[in-house]
Amino acid sequence: MDQNVMVKVEHVSKQYRLGMIGSTTLREEMQRALAKLRKKEDPTRLIGDSISGNVGDLFYALDDVSFEINRGEAVGIIGHNGAGKSTILKLISQVTGPTTGCIELNGRVASMLEVGTGFHRELSGRDNIYMNGAILGMTKAEIDKKIEDIIEFSECRQFIDTPVKRYSSGMYVKLAFSVAAHLDSEIMIMDEVLAVGDAKFQEKCLGRMGDEAHGGRTVLYVSHNMNTIRALCSRVIVLDHGKKVFDGDVEQGITLYNGLKQLSGGTINLKQIKRHLDYIHRRQSLTALKIHTEDSRFEFGSIICGSLEVESQETIDNAGFFFRIQTVGNVAVTRMDTSDPIAIKGGENTFSFKWDVSQLIPGKYLLDIALTQRNSWGNVQILDYINEAYCFEIMAETEDPVLINWTAREYGYYIGPEILLT
Amino acid sequence: MDQSIYYKKITPEHKWYDLKLKEVWTYRDLVLLLVKRDFVAKYKQTVLGPAWAVIQPLLTTVVFTFIFGAVAGLADSGAVPTFLFYMCGNIAWQFFAGCLSRTGRTFVDNRGIMEKVYFPRLAMPISTCISQLVAFAIQAAMFVVFVVIYLFVPRFHIQITKFIILVPFLILQMMMLGLGCGIIICALTTKYRDLQMLIDFGVQLWMYGTPVAYSTKIFEGTPLIRIVNYNPMTPIINAMRYACLGPDCGQFDLKYYIVSVFTTFLILFAGIVLYNRAEKNFADTV
Repeated sequence: MDQNVMVKVEHVSKQYRLGMIGSTTLREEMQRALAKLRKKEDPTRLIGDSISGNVGDLFYALDDVSFEINRGEAVGIIGHNGAGKSTILKLISQVTGPTTGCIELNGRVASMLEVGTGFHRELSGRDNIYMNGAILGMTKAEIDKKIEDIIEFSECRQFIDTPVKRYSSGMYVKLAFSVAAHLDSEIMIMDEVLAVGDAKFQEKCLGRMGDEAHGGRTVLYVSHNMNTIRALCSRVIVLDHGKKVFDGDVEQGITLYNGLKQLSGGTINLKQIKRHLDYIHRRQSLTALKIHTEDSRFEFGSIICGSLEVESQETIDNAGFFFRIQTVGNVAVTRMDTSDPIAIKGGENTFSFKWDVSQLIPGKYLLDIALTQRNSWGNVQILDYINEAYCFEIMAETEDPVLINWTAREYGYYIGPEILLT
Repeated sequence: MDQSIYYKKITPEHKWYDLKLKEVWTYRDLVLLLVKRDFVAKYKQTVLGPAWAVIQPLLTTVVFTFIFGAVAGLADSGAVPTFLFYMCGNIAWQFFAGCLSRTGRTFVDNRGIMEKVYFPRLAMPISTCISQLVAFAIQAAMFVVFVVIYLFVPRFHIQITKFIILVPFLILQMMMLGLGCGIIICALTTKYRDLQMLIDFGVQLWMYGTPVAYSTKIFEGTPLIRIVNYNPMTPIINAMRYACLGPDCGQFDLKYYIVSVFTTFLILFAGIVLYNRAEKNFADTV
């Protein structure tokens, strides 16, 4: 590793045991120890497809990942949920150890997997700066030197000797970010911490991070927000299912990342899609989505026809649906609702629908589907919500005059209704 | 290979004999800040503040003096007041028990921090022990006040021996023993939560195996005396009483004391090795 390489990750894998992390029984433990003594294979280790999802199976959060990061580089790590982004950051910041492989670090690491780690409610802002700084690896003398800058940057001078429990959440976050931003470390690791604070402060943070990168600090940044990746990073690494699939130019990486989402087929079994814990074992659930075309590619300006199947254990007469459309980069585009209350009988129900996507500009999109109920007070309650239920593509028609010079970054993904001259 | 002073290599293997004590030293500011945080957070918004550190052992001592001393007659303290006999044992035991049970919960109590940022994990239990030491110092001051008061009561005879110079070492030893036991439990609880339930009960049980509520003299001549004496805490408490209150209510047996010191180092060493091993993947298991 030469002087310029700050982080070197070599063939790193991280393995988890599904469903029973840390809760192996004493008996299994003894069997394993015995097998180790007799130099036999671990009898409790399961063989076969490692990502099939059964309890006890081994799961690779990271699988043989290698890369190097040079001094002064700002590298973004992107990938879909579960691709291993956070795991790699955890490994580099030494919160957990790798299963195989090794990581070399040529400098101090400041990791911001969370802002305000170690903050104590009862301590004043000033005391918490010392506390947080020390946890992040600074000595008291170093903090003494920087405390004025930190307070200045945090915009909290007025309240600095007040216990942080009286802070607004915005102030809390500003203070926490300020400490981390002033660390004297050579390598800075960040996990989407910028999704906090008001817009002005976010801008300031981004600026600060940009300065850091240009000033010779090495920055590693994980985000779902492609805009901050574009603004901050000079290189991206794309992870997919624990493997590195791309390493290089930012725009190419983002394009590849967006392409990683597979288009759905015409019939989707919604029962099998994982839901948020809140929506498991509810009395009503969405069971299937059927779309009239098989390949999920639509021409610009089309209207999609399909049907939704709902299973219910009771009759309700005030249900509704909404569709939320997001880009493959997880930027929400729009939401569409049913207006009239829908009656659902006990058992299987099928609802046909027409879904107007004619105003979406060409590109790949994800659809979230929600089943809702309006209660007697008029509040809408979500009965079932399926995130990323359907992935589809709107195809470009080059001759369409509307789409000439359309950049999603500037105008968004949705074409508003036509202007009518009267 | 050119390396900066902060060069570090992370591998799945961990050498068991690498105790990482040097790293803890570089984070000494963190240890002190953690102690301060602990202290401030504990007594904020209380009326009596640090006085609480005194009230609890004082009340326990009164109860012990009455029940074990006056009613059961387990304190054989000669010309030394039973009250002081119990206070000495109690304060020392509370300190040890505090170190043990608080460090035993390190991983569970500080999960939030430890899952998010790296620092030498030993810094946490060490700071816990030091903050116990702060409380102990307050209690010791109270003890000194009572000793001085009783010195002027002609009925009693308190004899401070030359072993008083040993007291700082005894305190250090209790801290090391408490830390050692605590981090062993801590390391094992990452896998077996059951131990968490056993800490308080275990400490209670251990107390009855230590001459806190009684004097070892009552076992003299029975086979039990050997068992009690091999308990590493017994020589410490006995020596403590001997040093501060005189030969009437304590003794110093070099043989058992050496065994106790040896046990302490062994437990502490084993504790650090186990703790460092558990710490590595703790974020995945707790």
